[in-house]
Amino acid sequence: MNMKMKLFSYNLADTPIHRLSGLTKLICFLFLTFAVMYSYDIRVTLAVMVFSILLMWVSKIRFSQVRLMVIYVLIFIVTNAVISFFFSPEYGTTIYGTSHEFAKIFGISLTYEQLFYQVTKMFKYASVIPLGMIFLLTTNPSEFASSLNGIGVNYKAAIAVALTLRYFPDIQRDYHDIYLSQQARGLELSSKAKFFDRFKNSLLIVIPLIFSTLDRVEVISNAMDLRGFSKNKTRTWYTSRKLSRQDVLALVVSGLIFIATVCVSVFINQSRFYNPFI
Amino acid sequence: MKDLFKVNTKTIVATGLGAAIFTLLFMYVKVPSPVPETSFQTAYGLSALFATLFGPIAGALISFIGHALSDAIQYGSPWWSWVIASGVSGFIFGFAFKRTKVEEGEFKGKDILTFNIIQVIGNVIAWVVVAPVLDILIYQEPVNLVFTQGITAAIMNCISAGVIGTLLLIAYAATRTKKGSLSKK
Repeated sequence: MNMKMKLFSYNLADTPIHRLSGLTKLICFLFLTFAVMYSYDIRVTLAVMVFSILLMWVSKIRFSQVRLMVIYVLIFIVTNAVISFFFSPEYGTTIYGTSHEFAKIFGISLTYEQLFYQVTKMFKYASVIPLGMIFLLTTNPSEFASSLNGIGVNYKAAIAVALTLRYFPDIQRDYHDIYLSQQARGLELSSKAKFFDRFKNSLLIVIPLIFSTLDRVEVISNAMDLRGFSKNKTRTWYTSRKLSRQDVLALVVSGLIFIATVCVSVFINQSRFYNPFI
Repeated sequence: MKDLFKVNTKTIVATGLGAAIFTLLFMYVKVPSPVPETSFQTAYGLSALFATLFGPIAGALISFIGHALSDAIQYGSPWWSWVIASGVSGFIFGFAFKRTKVEEGEFKGKDILTFNIIQVIGNVIAWVVVAPVLDILIYQEPVNLVFTQGITAAIMNCISAGVIGTLLLIAYAATRTKKGSLSKK
């Protein structure tokens, strides 16, 4: 259990990416991720991937900041590739409509189509990750709520997200405190206990955590009510910024990438897949 | 019906804090399952509890925000199809709001049945219908793979919401003052 893992290990730096407003970064993030989510064209995916790695370099994100995420993602991509092969080894053939066999293992034929489909998919999933990392590591958490409100999310929902980000470290600390105090009372949570007991005991930590949180909900909502929260239809944000010229530029660039991706699929490939086999 | 979707300050705060616990449980308190990329998530017991106490809007947002946030922290980017499915499950759990007597300090027999029927419906719709269909539409994953994952997730989340959710609701009811607990002498 890695309790030291910090949420949104946002670091203040002065790079062109950091200077963009949170709203711009959120919209660009959505544009670019939807572009790679929509397209199954490896050329598009690779282009976006190169572009986003370039952005990572510009925003001075060090590898040590994202190492853990990279490991998780690699595990995810590899297991996904293995299981999707075993569940449907013929899926590539179904998609591309041709079959070029080059080897056979255990009676399952390996086709270039399947290989191409899986490689495309790996890059497709991998290319979203740098974008997410840039967004998380360069956006000020307190600016995030106003950005959400800026793209049209109801401000009450945006405040709920802001509260989550604000209280997550508190709840993590509470969880850790309860964990230690329950152990001091003799609740076995180390690997010495049997697996099922350990699971049951970890639930015994969750119960006081939930009830103390429910009490806290009362306190916070009373405080907010006393300050007149949600009396009006809209609200202003302390951290919101006016869009600068760089913001407009970033929005135009990512918008164009999105449109270009859709155009490639619609006009060049005539489907979401790029088919080199015909 | 209108009452079901009422949002006041308490709903919003409960959503925010509920999503924070959901994120924590989703990342740390889970058991991996034999089917890859699925695990037994205790977090759905929590979302079932909060949805029953605060309604569908809170339920949907708690699971949506919590799932998206924990995905973002661990993988850098949310897996949208399952995040949306989480939101749907929380939303349907919310229909148990005001249908049970948990706020009056009673959660027995009929209430437990109502709650469990609703949570099973919610889990089945979310994981056997919404998640696989979105996986196919958004990510073009193989059909039999996503349905296997979806059915496994549905079964495990039914158990999670059913066992943990029910236990939490019983514990919560015990903290409430019972109706008519005072009598005139």
